[in-house]
Amino acid sequence: MKNTFVPNPKEAESIHIIREVAAQFEKPVLMFSGGKDSITLVRLAQKAFYPAKIPFPLLHVDTGHNFPETIEFRDKLVEELGLELIVANVQDSIDQGKVQEERGRYSSRNSLQTTTLLDAIEEHKFDACIGGARRDEEKARAKERVFSVRDDFGQWDEKNQRPELFDMLNGKIHHGQNVRAFPISNWTELDVWEYIKTENIKIPSIYFAHKRETFVRDGMIWTASEHVYREEHEQVEERMVRFRTVGDMTCTAAVLSEAETLEEVVDEIRASTISERGARIDDKRSEAAMENRKKVGYF
Amino acid sequence: MSTENRKLINIATAGSVDDGKSTLIGRLLYDTKSLTTDKLEAIERNSKQKGFDYLDFSLATDGLVAEREQGITIDVAHIYFNTEKTNYIIADTPGHVEYTRNMVTGASTSAAAIILIDARKGVIEQTYRHFFINDLLRVGHVIVAVNKMDLVDYDQQVYEDIKKDFEGLIEKSNYSEDQVRFIPVSALHGDNIAGGSENMDWYQGPSLLDYLEGLEIDESEDNSAARFPVQYVVRPKTDAHHDFRGFAGKLYGGKLAVGDEVTVLPSFTSSKVESINFFDQEFDEAIPGSSVTITLEDEVNVSRGDMLVKSNELPKSEKQLSATICQVNSKPLRTGAKYILQHGVNQVLAKVDSIEGLVHTDFSGTEGTDQLKLNDIGKVNFRLSKPIHFDPYQESKSNGSFILIDEGSFDTTSVGFIQ
Repeated sequence: MKNTFVPNPKEAESIHIIREVAAQFEKPVLMFSGGKDSITLVRLAQKAFYPAKIPFPLLHVDTGHNFPETIEFRDKLVEELGLELIVANVQDSIDQGKVQEERGRYSSRNSLQTTTLLDAIEEHKFDACIGGARRDEEKARAKERVFSVRDDFGQWDEKNQRPELFDMLNGKIHHGQNVRAFPISNWTELDVWEYIKTENIKIPSIYFAHKRETFVRDGMIWTASEHVYREEHEQVEERMVRFRTVGDMTCTAAVLSEAETLEEVVDEIRASTISERGARIDDKRSEAAMENRKKVGYF
Repeated sequence: MSTENRKLINIATAGSVDDGKSTLIGRLLYDTKSLTTDKLEAIERNSKQKGFDYLDFSLATDGLVAEREQGITIDVAHIYFNTEKTNYIIADTPGHVEYTRNMVTGASTSAAAIILIDARKGVIEQTYRHFFINDLLRVGHVIVAVNKMDLVDYDQQVYEDIKKDFEGLIEKSNYSEDQVRFIPVSALHGDNIAGGSENMDWYQGPSLLDYLEGLEIDESEDNSAARFPVQYVVRPKTDAHHDFRGFAGKLYGGKLAVGDEVTVLPSFTSSKVESINFFDQEFDEAIPGSSVTITLEDEVNVSRGDMLVKSNELPKSEKQLSATICQVNSKPLRTGAKYILQHGVNQVLAKVDSIEGLVHTDFSGTEGTDQLKLNDIGKVNFRLSKPIHFDPYQESKSNGSFILIDEGSFDTTSVGFIQ
C-alpha cells in the first residue's frame, strides 16, 4: 500500500507562512514566551525546515516575574534543539529609566514589555517578528492580518491593513518598518491543545494540575508571590490549580483543575464554558485593553 | 496522519447592512455551544447597556473600538468554531461601502459562501454583486439564506418568490443549480440554523448547519494539474544530512509521487522526484495542500520562486497576460502603471498595457474605462519583465491568481484572476 501524506490543513498553512517569513525577510525572530502557543510555533518551525535547523533565533521578553517552571522549560528546549535564544529584560528598561514600575493593587509588568520589545527589535534590526497570537483569543486580534505591518514606532494601524488574498503574503516593507507575522492566526485554543496532544509536544508543568499557594481577588485565582501585590486580608491558601494561558505571574490567573495528563487537559478545554482570555487579568482592564496595547507596539 | 484531522471549511458571509449577518453568525455560535460564558455575558451586558431587548451578537464580532462606536463592521473578522466533524472558519465581511474589496478578500480563501437575503426585501442590487463575486472567484458552494422569515409570518410563498428570482441569476452565471442551496431561516429565533423549524414545516431540506456538515469540499481543484511552487531551499549542511538539498513548498492541484517525472520552471530542466519528506518521515506521495519538502534525483538548479510540475502537465509560460482585476486599494490602476506582480511566491515586474473595460457586477456586461478605482472590477492586459508559469483561474485558483504590489508604498493594490 502506498504511504500517502495527508496534511492537516491548519498545520500546512502555518508551515507555509513560517517559510514565507524566512524567505522574505532578512532578519526574522520568533517571539517565545514559553507558553503553549509559542512552543507550538517552535514545533511548526522545526517541521518547516527539517532536516535543517530553524533559521532564526528566539526572542523572549522576560518581565522578571515569570513562573520559574516556564524559564526552566525555555532553557531546556533551547538546549535540546540547539536554538539561539535572545532574552530582553524588562528589568533593564526599568533600570535605564525608560519605563516605570506600576504600583498598587493591579501592578503588572505586562504593559512594560512593549518598550523592551521595541528596543530589542531596534537593537537587533529584526524585520519580522513571528508571534503565536490567534484570532480566536480576543476580538481585536480577530482583526489582525497574518502579515501585519508596523511602523518604526511599532504601531499598528488597524484601519489601514493590507488585504490578504488566497495564501499570497506581501512582506515588502520600508527600512525601519517591521512585520509581525502570525502563523497560527487561524487556530483555536482547542486546535493548539489537540495538536500538542497528537504530536506529544512537551509543555511546562504549570499547564497540568498541581498544588499552589494562591489567593482569590475579583473572582480570579492569583498566584501568591513576592511579585504579586497582595493585601493582608487576601488570604493565601493552597489550591489544586493549573494554568490555561501563561503570561507572567502578575497578569495570569490560575483555574481550579484536576487535569494531570494531556488527555484530561484537552477534555477540560472541550467542556469549558469560559474563554481562554477569561483568565487574563490584563484584558480585564477595559473593553479595548488589547486593541490599545496593540496600537502602541504590543503583539 | 500527523494529527486529528477534522474537515476544514472556510466560509464567507455576504449581505447588506442590517440583513442579520452578525445575528446569523452569533446564532450559529450559540447553537453549537461555541460561545463561552464570559463572551455571552459580555454580549448580554452590552446589549442591555444599549437598551436592546435582544442579544446583539455583532458585539462578539466587531472587535475594534471604532466599530463598536459606530455599530458597523469595518474590517473582515474571522470567526472560528468546531463541531465533532468539522473545523469552521467564517470570514465575516462588512456589508458597507468597501464591500467589493472585502468580499473578494473573504471569498478568496472560502469554499462556500452564505448570501443573506432579507425576506422582506428580496433580491436587491447588493445580492447581484455578492453572487457575481462568488461566481468570479469560483467559490464552490453558495448558500442563499432567506433570513427574517419571522417578519413575513414564515410565508412559503415569499420564500418561493425569492428563490425563483434568484434562479434567474444562476442562469446568467457559471453555477449549476446543485451548487446553490436555498434555506429559509430566522437567525433571530434560530429557525433552520442548527436545528429545524416548527414554524416552517413546509420546508423539508436540511438546516444551515446540517447542510454545511454534509458539504464535500474538494481540495483538488477539480482534478487540476500538480503545481509545486518552491518557497525555500533546505540545505542543512550538517554531518547527518551533508548532501541534503530539499525544496520546500506547498503542493496545489494534483498528487505528486516519488518517481514522477518533473520539469523545473523557468529553466525547463527535467528530473524525477527522489523523495517526499515531511518532518522526520518519508512518504510515497503527497496530496494537494501538503507543505512538504521534495528532493530530486539530479543536481538541478532550483531556487525560490521556481515551480516543479509534472513533465506531461506543463502550465502556460508567457510574458503577456490578460486578467480580471479587482482593485483593493484607493490608488487607481491606470494604463502604463508599473507594479510588482506576485504570483504565488514568485515576483516579477508588470506593466499595464491596456484596460479593456469595467465589468458590471449585475451581469450586464462591460464598459470602456481608462482606470480602475477602488472596488472596481475590470479586464486588464499586462506585459511582464519575465514569463510566469500559470493556468487559467478557472482551472487552478492558486496558479491562476496574483496580487499587484505598489512599488512605492508596497501596498497590495489589486488582485488578478488570469483568463
